[in-house]
Amino acid sequence: MEAVQNSQEKPIAVQMSGIVKHFPGVLANDHVDFTLLKGEIHALLGENGAGKSTLMNILAGLYHPDAGTIVVNGKICHFNSPRDAIHAGIGMIHQHFMLVPSMTVTENILLGLEEPRFRLRLPYYDEQISALGERFGMKVDPKARIWQLSVGEQQRVEILKMLYRGAEILIMDEPTAVLAPAEVEELFHTLRRMREEGKSIIFISHKLNEVTSIADRVTVLRRGKVTAAGLPLAGVSRAELARLMVGREVVFNIQKKPVQPGEVVLKVENLHALNDRGLPALRGVSFEVRRGEIVGLAGVAGNGQRELAEVITCMRKAEKGHVWVGGEEITNCNVSKGIRKGVAHIPEDRNHVGTAPNLSVTDNVILKKYKEPPIASGWMLNHVAATGYAEDLKKGFEILVPTVETPVRLLSGGNLQRVILAREISAQPQLLIAVQPTRGLDVGAIEGVHRLLLAQREAGAAILLISEELEELIDLSDRILGIYEGQIMGEVTDGNIEAIGLMMTGTRLENAPVSQEAHHE
Amino acid sequence: MSESTLNQRKSNWLPFTVEVEPRLTPPPAWFSWALTIGLIIFALLIGALVIAFAGGNPWAAYSHIARASFGSIGVLSDTLVKAIPLMIVGLACTIAFRMRIWNIGAEGQFFLGAFGASAVVLTPILPSDSPQWLFILTMLIFGMAAGAIWGFIPGYLKAKFNVNEVISTLMLNYIAVSWNNYWIYAVWTEGGFQMSRMFPRNAWLPRLTDFADRVPAFGGLTVHFGLVLAILAAIVVWLILYRSQWGYEIRVVGDNPPTARYAGIPIARNTVLVMMLSGALAGLAGMSEISGVVHRLQGAISPGYGYTGIIVAWLAKLNPFAVIPVAIFFGALILAGREIQPSGIPKMIQGIILVCLIASDFLMRNKIRIRRKGEA
Ligand SMILES: Nc1ncnc2c1ncn2[C@@H]1O[C@H](COP(=O)(O)OP(=O)(O)OP(=O)(O)O)[C@@H](O)[C@H]1O
Ligand SMILES: [Mg+2]
Repeated sequence: MEAVQNSQEKPIAVQMSGIVKHFPGVLANDHVDFTLLKGEIHALLGENGAGKSTLMNILAGLYHPDAGTIVVNGKICHFNSPRDAIHAGIGMIHQHFMLVPSMTVTENILLGLEEPRFRLRLPYYDEQISALGERFGMKVDPKARIWQLSVGEQQRVEILKMLYRGAEILIMDEPTAVLAPAEVEELFHTLRRMREEGKSIIFISHKLNEVTSIADRVTVLRRGKVTAAGLPLAGVSRAELARLMVGREVVFNIQKKPVQPGEVVLKVENLHALNDRGLPALRGVSFEVRRGEIVGLAGVAGNGQRELAEVITCMRKAEKGHVWVGGEEITNCNVSKGIRKGVAHIPEDRNHVGTAPNLSVTDNVILKKYKEPPIASGWMLNHVAATGYAEDLKKGFEILVPTVETPVRLLSGGNLQRVILAREISAQPQLLIAVQPTRGLDVGAIEGVHRLLLAQREAGAAILLISEELEELIDLSDRILGIYEGQIMGEVTDGNIEAIGLMMTGTRLENAPVSQEAHHE
Repeated sequence: MSESTLNQRKSNWLPFTVEVEPRLTPPPAWFSWALTIGLIIFALLIGALVIAFAGGNPWAAYSHIARASFGSIGVLSDTLVKAIPLMIVGLACTIAFRMRIWNIGAEGQFFLGAFGASAVVLTPILPSDSPQWLFILTMLIFGMAAGAIWGFIPGYLKAKFNVNEVISTLMLNYIAVSWNNYWIYAVWTEGGFQMSRMFPRNAWLPRLTDFADRVPAFGGLTVHFGLVLAILAAIVVWLILYRSQWGYEIRVVGDNPPTARYAGIPIARNTVLVMMLSGALAGLAGMSEISGVVHRLQGAISPGYGYTGIIVAWLAKLNPFAVIPVAIFFGALILAGREIQPSGIPKMIQGIILVCLIASDFLMRNKIRIRRKGEA
């Protein structure tokens, strides 16, 4: 009721009331009310596991609510499938895309529709789809095959798919988590265009600055309950939002204790490597990370960061150059040797690398420990020790999951990330390669991860932090390197944002690698 | 433009439409077991329909099948005899499928196992008056080793050259049968017949009937020591999969190979080892059949145990202990096939189950919905 008054003229598009959804051991939604107006961008905020994805899956027809009603455009709806939801004009774009890599954009969009019946007139549809894209400010080549597209472009295909099916209400579950800053801007541009055309958008994100810049109103969930319903965002501060989500004050600027860096742990020299398509991704990278030091690597996604992390952890072959860890060369050795040398790795893509989705939490946390006692005993696994270890991590890292026997594919995105973090950090690594460690985490959890990384630094670990969040890099790093097209563009020690920006766009600073190398030798 | 695309999906000549939708969330765990039981019942119902059409009495046919396979201690023992190779082959497939290696070659590995075990008697590797325990142990080792070699070949080819194991194992099945034929036709033939001579008694696996002088009730019961081997194998496979480091590696690779690579688990080596273990188990099945039932090497030692084992493993959802009851069910079908007229019925039920199995995989991934016309 309140929402209606707030909005004055805009009609209600969706009214969800009293939604309850149980999962074994969790109450994911506890009498949730949610009102979406026509032509608004409505942010949905909440901690990891608060029930945001669940609520939206219910609206998109993926789950049945245990109780509650959904009213769309004044009509009560019972959705049995995503098809029913799309009939009612509701389309959801999930965190992991559901596209067929070997097919073209047009084919993917038409997939599952019955309209092009016997003979596919693809050029006709190609045209239609680029026109649709144009209308909303999205550039895509309809003839391109999905595997050739960047993540941002794939996301556009998913959006087009929904628009083509006539979606009036678009649900986006953490759409910006996988995007580079420039791509985020393009997405926001598209979202605003859609709003102008009277479409409604539900926007889930953990990044409060994004929420305040794009959304009109916000609904906040905490542990399945609504703590703020349709709050207009004008004049609400980030700290206030954070408190609504977490239920306590969140520290945005953590104090870093001074630590004197020790001996060199990671040394990389003139590293060259290829990317998945066989093109040069690293072109002569050299740098060092010392004990008790966090070195940030700033760069726009796709400039060789992922490949660098993979070469250091021996998952990718180096074409040329050397990697030393703790004084021992590990260039192109086995992954397991790196693990034994104390190299921990928080991978970029937690859905594809880093977890085994159908195995339990226990099985996932022992991934790098199953050969060490007490979890290993001879040839066998000590099941009791493994379960105990998993229970400890579950408590210590606040992983929200009913039991440690639950398959990890049932975990919420943020909790899955915690499983990986718990595993990698608890190994007390000598070197930690953290790629986007806070992607998909809520503000409270981000604070927690930052504390953990700093604690590792104080404990004497060498940390290479690869991130696209400049704020995070500046807050945590002792030094920041910039990477552009596989080359190091220089080093910033004073958190100079402009200098970092220059490096990321390909301007070499004075202290760029050549001189840097000479300096260290 | 877009609104119209969705509303044209209904066909016009039925009062309702059937729609298939991919499940985006996996169904609950009980669903797959319910589906398995449901599809067995479904297969039996279709069988009943066919019998009724052919003018028979389905009830009578089924009760006959039940009596023919479970009706008395004697036939139950016969059912178990048929089930033993299925259990062991089912386990062989279970371990390979767990790592997503599609070993279709259990049939060939079974033949090689039989050959390896026979070689101990026929070469001879042991003198024919060796003690029984030594005979059985040696035959066990030779049979499993021969099966393991037959599994090693496709495993190595896959690990080294990425050769598709479905094709290589299938090809090796034909070679294995020809190999056996060569030995029984040319080398070990007994008086020109296509079979070897009978093994000496001390190369037989002990059967219950062998103890009839002490326990008269055991008279005529042919169930043999292979049953113990099969149950032991199930326990060992379970222990490997769920309680050993190696089994852990197998499960991780089977679930998500990129994660296995990330954790430093050697995929190529495990491919070879798992194929060898799978082959060794299928070889064990061949040995147990030769030494427990046939007692000589001959051409017809398997009514497709190696292939039925694949169905058994799937129906048991790759759970080592579930393999045992499922194998007994299939053993009953095989036995009934020999007992009743027309013998085609049990075969047909097997076939229907196979088709349903494929369909059930489809049902696990898709939802079927029927709705009346006009419903939005
Ligand atoms: N299919 C499922 N089966 C069992 N539990 C589930 C399932 N889906 C979600 N849950 C549980 O329900 C709770 C809410 O999950 P949900 O995915 O909605 O969280 P979220 O708010 O989207 O979190 P995040 O920000 O981490 O993505 C979590 O505790 C999660 O483990
Ligand atoms: Mg979520």
